[in-house]
Amino acid sequence: MIYTLLRMNVLFQLFITFFKIGAFTFGGGYAMLPIVEDICVSRKKWITHDEMMYITVIAESTPGPIAINLATYIGYKQKGFIGSLFATIGIVLPSLLIIYVISIFLEGFLEIKVVDSAFKGIAAAVGILIVNAGITMSKKMKKNWKSIFIFTSSAVIMLLSELFGWKVSSIVIMIIFGCFSLSVFAIQEKKKKEAEL
Amino acid sequence: MIFELFFGFLKVGCFAFGGAYAAIPLIRDVVLSHGWITDEVLSYMIAVSESTPGPVMLNLATYIGSNQAGFLGSVVATSAIVLPAFLIVILIMKFFSSALENKYVQAVLSGLKPAVIGIIIAVGAYMIIDTCLPEMKMDYGQIIISVAVAAIMIIAKKCFKKKLSPITLIGIAAVLGIAIYGV
Repeated sequence: MIYTLLRMNVLFQLFITFFKIGAFTFGGGYAMLPIVEDICVSRKKWITHDEMMYITVIAESTPGPIAINLATYIGYKQKGFIGSLFATIGIVLPSLLIIYVISIFLEGFLEIKVVDSAFKGIAAAVGILIVNAGITMSKKMKKNWKSIFIFTSSAVIMLLSELFGWKVSSIVIMIIFGCFSLSVFAIQEKKKKEAEL
Repeated sequence: MIFELFFGFLKVGCFAFGGAYAAIPLIRDVVLSHGWITDEVLSYMIAVSESTPGPVMLNLATYIGSNQAGFLGSVVATSAIVLPAFLIVILIMKFFSSALENKYVQAVLSGLKPAVIGIIIAVGAYMIIDTCLPEMKMDYGQIIISVAVAAIMIIAKKCFKKKLSPITLIGIAAVLGIAIYGV
């Protein structure tokens, strides 16, 4: 009886659904898109396919993992603020618990020689994975003089600052180029207006 | 400490544009500037975060939070990194649905994205360099593993058209590590 009531409760549904999604998505953001498609669009009809596309676009332009953006949006659509809260907490909880448990054991784990050697090997791979991710992203990047300039400058500045220990914060670099881009745009707009007159 | 965790990851949560890997340089900045963990331990945490369910940046936040301040730390750090994204999506849905179409917002974003990608590649390259050439000396083991992993990844893509998942590559690297550094 209670079980049926619970099942009908949308908040509970949101929580459980996103808990399941959070528990079974490996490998970062976009890996969860097919699962969300299946559950939220096809089965539960919580959002339409078009809305999925829309959220994916929003997720590109907002900070944070796409998982959170999806959970928040779908939750909000179902039950407003509290819906988004339940959905977001649902999607975050599994990994929070799993990682917390792992973190307690990792240091002791690393004292075992085999594990230590394994992780030494992994250290090299992590850098490669990151560079590879960056290269994949750069292929999808729009290429004009501005973006190429910004891309190259920020990469060079960042790399040099690391090698020489200058400690330039990446947020600072982002803000500088954000403003730069805005200024370029504003100047281009102004020139267009003047050309029209 | 709790406050440092909260505000540190709040900052990361505000500026992590462009997906999982965008957050890594930001998290690295926060962690190194507070002196919480070293680059080496961070790379271990990144590897674990990639191999477990959940988004990488959330896992990293949970991990670092736990490392610094136990369960409360992990909850605080994870909540802080999630909060900006959560609030921004809600604000956009409620009030600013056309905010993202504003041409000035677009102009700023079109500057941020290439910058983020450049930063990601630079940080990754630095991590490779730092692992292979620690303190200006050559660590042959790391060099061999790096070359091997990179080669495997490229060959898989070009010859077999198969994109190996990060977990697979981490697994391969772990095996190589055991092979080279011993049991």
